[in-house]
Amino acid sequence: MKKKNRLQLDDNGKLKHFLTIEGLNRQMLIDILDTAESFTSVTEQNIKKVPLLRGKTIVNLFFEASTRTRTTFELAAKRLSADVLNINIQASATAKGETLLDMLRNFEAMHCDMFVVRHADSGAAHFIAQHAAPHISVINAGDGQHAHPTQAMLDMFTIRREKGEFHRLNVAIVGDIRHSRVARSQIHALSMLGVEDIRIIAPKTLIPTEPDTFGVHVYHDLREGLRDVDVVIMLRLQKERMSGGSLPSEHEYFQLYGLTEEKLALAKPDVIVMHPGPVNRGVEIDSAVADGPRSVILQQVSHGIAVRMAVMSMAMQSHLRDAPGGQR
Amino acid sequence: MIGIYTGGVWIAQQLHQQLAIKAPLGTLDISFYRDDFTRVGMNPQVKPSSLPLSIDDRHIILVDDVLYTGRTIRAAMNELFDYGRPASIILAVLVERDGRELPIQPDAVGQHISLQAGEQIKLQGPAPLTLSLRRV
Repeated sequence: MKKKNRLQLDDNGKLKHFLTIEGLNRQMLIDILDTAESFTSVTEQNIKKVPLLRGKTIVNLFFEASTRTRTTFELAAKRLSADVLNINIQASATAKGETLLDMLRNFEAMHCDMFVVRHADSGAAHFIAQHAAPHISVINAGDGQHAHPTQAMLDMFTIRREKGEFHRLNVAIVGDIRHSRVARSQIHALSMLGVEDIRIIAPKTLIPTEPDTFGVHVYHDLREGLRDVDVVIMLRLQKERMSGGSLPSEHEYFQLYGLTEEKLALAKPDVIVMHPGPVNRGVEIDSAVADGPRSVILQQVSHGIAVRMAVMSMAMQSHLRDAPGGQR
Repeated sequence: MIGIYTGGVWIAQQLHQQLAIKAPLGTLDISFYRDDFTRVGMNPQVKPSSLPLSIDDRHIILVDDVLYTGRTIRAAMNELFDYGRPASIILAVLVERDGRELPIQPDAVGQHISLQAGEQIKLQGPAPLTLSLRRV
């Protein structure tokens, strides 16, 4: 934890890399949410851009397919007036190591300022942050089963906008918690922001092996777990898990763990339903709920841009030269 | 009428009320348009800008507390033009002090002040609004 902290924060305690929620503190998360809030007005401008990162170059290094995350990172960078390179690399397990470092050196030689990294291996973003030149910031856009911190922060932003405060909330995360980097980052962020009742709801095979270390309440029955919750976060059921034998059929999963209006009625009347996307309609969530009045799934997408603008501009600040402030 | 955070908004609220302007008051946070982001970084307490009406073809009164170097006003005008094309902009400030670094002049001024090098004047608020002078 200490080591992660040292890597993510500079000598002044400012964000340099954004790799995981772990090792950050509550105030840092609140600063990210507040900064994101201020970026929401940019979308009201005729010209939806601010000149903050003019002249900076941001490289989206995507070793794993992604549409939503990559496009919202790209839009966020462009709304900050940065130049963006999108690099899609088909990850090949054998071609990593030296090849990856060579690639980093090349981008550094092109005077790039930030890498946004998505990779199927846990720890890939940390590895890149450790080996990148000192003037480069690294943002983790999802690494293996480890972390997806910008997704967690946009979820926190959505919850704060809808509910105002964190500490009185009951939040349920439903689905494949064990393999989900999103759930892992969400749980860290929720507990850091003071949510007292965090529930994870899943069949035994999809619960992490040591859930107690997360400080969460485990439920195997969806109806029981949904009782009186304020926020339900549904996770995408990765279809590849089906073939692995850890799950029954899609149909049976939907019967037991799919969110329907009838089951949602057990939650608080003003419950909000979230999903990081992409949604498997009829597997983990019924279309009537995904498109229904309690769903904030599309708001999450919009908020993703503001939150990523906040994280990128905050991380870019750590490279600034020291200069006198003074009155203006 | 549009006030610039933070002091300019306080002054604009007073003026807006006293002049009984019907159009709603706009507020502008110029943090993302500052020319010294790469030198001093960002203030974490940035407020979202809020312009309740389209500014296209409207006459704008831009309000700030202290006019000093002119850089804040430069940033504010850049931001305004990302919202639309106003018919005109005039500048009203509570205090105008010496030390301009850009060719920007106010149209309405509460008080002209000459300060020594190293002196700062700052508006404290929101209630009561007081001007304080300090040496740095």
